[in-house]
Amino acid sequence: MSEASAPYEAPPPQSLARLAFANRSFLTGFVITALIAAMALLSFLWTPYDITHLIVADRMKPMSWQHPLGTDHFGRDILSMIMIGARNSIAVAVVAVGIGMGLGVPLGCWAAARGGWVDEALMRFNDVVFAFPALLSAVMITAIFGPGAVNAIIAIGIFNVPVFARVARAGALSLWPREYVLAARAAGKGQVLITVEHILPNIASMLLVQGTIQFALGILAEAGLSYLGLGAQPPMPSWGRMLFDAQTRMMVAPWQAIFPGLAIVVTVLGLNLLGDGLRDVLDPRLRRER
Amino acid sequence: MIAFLTKRIGIGLLTLLAASMVVFGVLEILPGDPAQLMLGMNATPEALAAMREQMGLNAPLLARYAGWIGGLLAGDFGRSFTYSSPVIDLILERAVVSLPLALIALALSTAIAIPVGIFSAARRGRAGDTVSMGIAQLGVAVPNFWFALLLVYVFAVWLRLLPSGGFPGWSAGLWPGLTALLLPAVALALPQAAILARVTRSAMLEVLGEDYIRTARAKGMPRRYVLWRHALRNAMIPVLTIMGLQFSFLLAGTIIIENVFYLPGLGRLVFQAITQRDLIVVEGVVILLVASVVVVNLIVDILYAVVDPRLRIRA
Amino acid sequence: MSLLEIEKLGLAIGGMKILKDVDLAIEEGEVLGLIGESGSGKSMTALTVMRLLPHAMQATGRVTFDGIDILSAPESAMNRLRGDDIGMVFQEPMTALNPVKTIGEQVAEGIRWHTGASRADAEAEARKILDRVGLPAAKFPLSRFPHELSGGQRQRVVIAIACALKPKLLIADEPTTALDVVLQAQILDLLRDLVDERKMGLLLISHDLAVVADMADRITVMRHGEVMESGVAATILTEQAHPYTRQLAHASTHVPDRRPPAAGSAAPLLEVASVTKDYPGRRASLFRKPEPFRAVDDVSFSLHEGQSVALVGRSGCGKSTLARMILALDRPTGGAIRLDGAETSAMDEAALKASRRKMQVVFQDPYGSFDPRHKVERLVAEPLHLMEKQPSAAERRDMVAAALHEVGLAPRDMEKYPHEFSGGQRQRISIARAIITRPKLVVADEPVSALDVSIRAQILDLFADLNGRLGVAYLFITHDLTVARAITDQVMVMHDGRIVERGDTGAVLDDPQSEAAQALVAAAPDLSRALARRLSGRG
Repeated sequence: MSEASAPYEAPPPQSLARLAFANRSFLTGFVITALIAAMALLSFLWTPYDITHLIVADRMKPMSWQHPLGTDHFGRDILSMIMIGARNSIAVAVVAVGIGMGLGVPLGCWAAARGGWVDEALMRFNDVVFAFPALLSAVMITAIFGPGAVNAIIAIGIFNVPVFARVARAGALSLWPREYVLAARAAGKGQVLITVEHILPNIASMLLVQGTIQFALGILAEAGLSYLGLGAQPPMPSWGRMLFDAQTRMMVAPWQAIFPGLAIVVTVLGLNLLGDGLRDVLDPRLRRER
Repeated sequence: MIAFLTKRIGIGLLTLLAASMVVFGVLEILPGDPAQLMLGMNATPEALAAMREQMGLNAPLLARYAGWIGGLLAGDFGRSFTYSSPVIDLILERAVVSLPLALIALALSTAIAIPVGIFSAARRGRAGDTVSMGIAQLGVAVPNFWFALLLVYVFAVWLRLLPSGGFPGWSAGLWPGLTALLLPAVALALPQAAILARVTRSAMLEVLGEDYIRTARAKGMPRRYVLWRHALRNAMIPVLTIMGLQFSFLLAGTIIIENVFYLPGLGRLVFQAITQRDLIVVEGVVILLVASVVVVNLIVDILYAVVDPRLRIRA
Repeated sequence: MSLLEIEKLGLAIGGMKILKDVDLAIEEGEVLGLIGESGSGKSMTALTVMRLLPHAMQATGRVTFDGIDILSAPESAMNRLRGDDIGMVFQEPMTALNPVKTIGEQVAEGIRWHTGASRADAEAEARKILDRVGLPAAKFPLSRFPHELSGGQRQRVVIAIACALKPKLLIADEPTTALDVVLQAQILDLLRDLVDERKMGLLLISHDLAVVADMADRITVMRHGEVMESGVAATILTEQAHPYTRQLAHASTHVPDRRPPAAGSAAPLLEVASVTKDYPGRRASLFRKPEPFRAVDDVSFSLHEGQSVALVGRSGCGKSTLARMILALDRPTGGAIRLDGAETSAMDEAALKASRRKMQVVFQDPYGSFDPRHKVERLVAEPLHLMEKQPSAAERRDMVAAALHEVGLAPRDMEKYPHEFSGGQRQRISIARAIITRPKLVVADEPVSALDVSIRAQILDLFADLNGRLGVAYLFITHDLTVARAITDQVMVMHDGRIVERGDTGAVLDDPQSEAAQALVAAAPDLSRALARRLSGRG
C-alpha cells in the first residue's frame, strides 16, 4: 500500500533475472501466480466436470475422489468452478490494472513534467477520487450501470487511475532534478522525449511493483463485488459469487465456502509475494539492508 | 501553522464541493425516472406529471443542485420513498450501528498492528519477526467477508459463543449490542491490521537506518530507548497516512460486512437503496461518507503537523 | 599506556576483508589525523571504536580504550562509554539530528542519561555547551528544531552533543567535508579550541591532507584497509618518505601544465548582462504576499573564446543558479544572456538548438550524471541530438569513439554501463559527452569535488589538455580555490547573488580585495602554508 516516492536505482537488467529467482519471496510468488494462471488457461481446454450440467443427485457432496473439493447446491463440481472462476478474477484484475496504468501513468508523468497548474489540478482530482471510499463507488457504479464483469472492471479500473498517477508523478518528480535529466535538457531534448527516454524506464520498476499490488487488490475487489451480486453474473462462476451462495449453507456444506475463499487467499498471497520479491530485487536500498 | 491549516481546510472544502457535484451528476444521468419508480409501472401520465412536479424534477439542473445542497446544509436530506421517512432519520438510526462498528474496528486494528510492527522491526530477521510478518502476509490476502464467514462458522455455528448476525439494538443494552458487533469488527479489523503492521515495520526499519539514529546511539542511548524515543515518532508519518486511508476502507468495508452479518447499518442502507433506486437516500449517505473521509484526512493532516515540526511552517 | 590503542584490528563482512592489521594509538590530549581516500577503511576504524558497526561485520584484534577492552565489552558498558568518555561527530550535519526533537532535548538527553541530572539541570548544562560551540541563547534557544538551522549550525549542535560531558576522546569523521571552506575553517577552529581547553584526545578523520596538516600532532595514513605510514605530522608531511604519502601530497597541490590557446576574436563568446533571478519566497502569512528571494542579483560579465574562468563562492551564493541560466536550463527574471551574439535567455527551445550545440555541461556527481539504464555509447551520443543533420549509426559510433579517445578512454568502453566505471572514469565519460558536439564553452559545476585527490589531479590535467588542444572555454563553478588556481586564467568571486570581485587568478587569490574573497582565501586549506606555519611554530 505504501509506495516509496523515489525510484529505485536498479542496475541495468542483465543480472536481474538471476537475482530475482534467488529471492525466496519472488520465487514463491512467481510459482503460485504461474500455477493459478495455468489453472485458468487449462480451464479453457479441460475441467474435471462440465459445470453447465446440473446433477441434482450430486448436490452438496463433501470432498471425495470423484469431487476433490466437493460439489455445490446444484451438484456442480467445485474444483471445476474454481478453475473457471480464476479466469474471471484474473481478467477483471488485469484489465483494471491496465486501465489504471494506461491512464494514470501518462497523467502522472505529464503533471511532473509540466508542474504548475497541471500538477495542482491532478493533485486535486486525486483528492476528490480518494475521498470516495473505493468499494462504495464501485458498488454505485455497478449498481447504476448494471451488474456484470465489464462494469466491475470499469469500476475497479477507475480507482486505479489516481494510484498509478500518484506513483508515476512522485517517481518522475524526483527524477527531473537529476543531473542526467539536466544533461538531456542541455542536449536539447524536450519534455516528451526525456519522459520517454529517461523518466519512464527509470520508474518502470516502481510501476511494476505497484502493478502487482493493485492486481492483488483488484482480485479482492472483484471478489467483493461478485459477493454482493454485482460482478460476473451466473451461470459464469466467480469466486465471490460462490462464497455468497455458500453462506446460507455454511452449516451443512462448509467446503462450499472454504475452497473458493482459499483460492482468493492463495492468489492474492502469491501476487503480494511476487510484489515484495520484485521490490527487494529492484530496490537496491533494500538489498543493501539485508 | 495557521496558514497550513487554512490551506488544508480549503482543500477539504473544495474536495467536498467537487464530490457533491460528482454524486449529484452521476445520479442525475441514471437511467430510469424516479417518479416512475415511485409510482410503479401502472401510473397514469397525469399522476406521473404531478409526481414529477411534486418531487421538483422539472426545475433546471442547477436549481435542483442548489436546492439539494441548501437542504443538506440545513440538515434536510430529503425523503426516502421506499421507507417513506426523512433520510436524515434513516441515517441517524443506522449510524449508531455503523459508526461504533468502524471505530471498534479501527481501534482494534491499530491496537494490534502498531505494537506488532514495532516488535517486528526491533527483532528483524529473528523468529518473532518472521512469524508475525508471515501471519501479516497471509492476513493481507484474506478477503474480509470470507474471514467473516469463517468467524461465523467457528464462533456462532460451532462454539455457539456469539450471535451469527443481526443487531438487537442498543435499547437491548450495551452488552448485547457489543457482542453483536464483535465478530463484524474483528472481520473488518484483521486484514487492515495486517497491512498496518507491515507498514509500521517498514517505516520503523527505514527510520532506524537514518543518520540521527546513529547520532543518538553515539550519545550512549540504549537501543530500546532509541527505538521508542527517536524512531517511533519519525515512523508515525507513513503510519498515519495509511490509517487515514484505512478509515475509508473500513467505511466501504461495512457495506460487505453488514451484509454478511445482517446488520442494519449505513452500508446495508446504501446498498439496498442502490438496488431499489432510492436515489435520495444514496445521495445522502454517500455525501455523508465522503464528508467523513474528508474530515478524517484533515485530522491526519493536523496530526502530521503535530508529529513533524517541519510541516508546521510550510503552508 | 595510551588512551586508545588499536592493535592488529581486522574487519570482515562475509568473506570480504575491509580492515587488515590496523595499528593505531592516541595519547591523552593528542590530535591524531587519520588520512585516506575513499574505501581506505578510515570510517570503519572509527565505528569499530564506537562499536556502531553494521551487524554483519566481524572484528578481530584488540581495541583498548582507557583500560577497557572495547571489542568484548558488554553493550551496557559501551552505552556508558559512548557520549560520556567518547564522543563522535559525523560527516553529514543535515541528517545527523532528529528532525522531530528540539536541539535542547537532543543535547540534554545524553546529559540526563549519563549523569542522572534533573531535566532542569541537564537543560542548564545543554545551554552552557551550546553557548560554548557558538550558538548563543538569544538566537538559538533550546526550543529550536534542526530544520531551523543551517548546515554549519547543525554541525555545531552535533559537536555540542559529542562534547557535552567532556569526553576523553573525540572522534570526528570528516566533520567538515559537507561544508564550504569558510564554515570548514570555523568548525576546525572550534574543534581545536575545545580539544585544547578540555585536554581531549581527538581522532580527526579526513581525506584532505591540508586540513589534517593544520590540526594533527601525529598522522596515520591508510589505504585499502591497511596502515601505510604513521608518525609525527610535520615529519611525515615534510619528508614524505612513504611513496603513497608522497603521491597524496603531490596530487593535492597539483597544478596541470597549461598552454592557453591563442586568443580568439575580440567579440565575447558569452555575455551576461544585468542578470537577476528571483525565486518565490516562503509565505509568512496567508494575507501577505511572499517576499521573493533574490538568488542572483544584477550580475554582468563576459567570457572570451578559449578563456578559462572560475566562479567561486560559498554554498548558497547563487553560483549554481547562475550556471543554470547560462545553460538555458532556467530563465532569468531580468537581464540578458548572449552566447556568440545570440540572446539565449529570450529564445524558445527550438531556437536554442544552435546555441546549445556551442555549450555543454559537466556536473559534480559522477554517479548521478548518467541514466543508469543506458550504455555509454548512448549516453555520450546524447548531445548529437542537437546536430542539424542526424549522424548515421556508424557515424555516431565513430564520433563517440573519438570523444572517448579524447578523454583517455578506449572505444570499447562504449559497450559498458556507467556503473562498471570508477568515479574518475565516469567523470571522463561526462567530459566526453560534453565535448562531442565540439562546443565553444563548457560549464563545469564542481566537476572534481566528489573525487579523491589523486583522481582529481588527473581530471584537472584532462581539462587543461582539452582547453589547450580544442580551445574550449571553461566556466568552472567551484568553492575550492585550489581548483581555481590550478586551471583558470581569471576568477570571479560571488557573494550573496552578486559578483564582488574579478581579476586574474593569481592576483585575486594572492591579494584579495573584497571581504568575501579575503574570507574565502583565508579559510582555504593549503598544505604548503599549513606546513610552513607548523615548522615556524616549532622553531
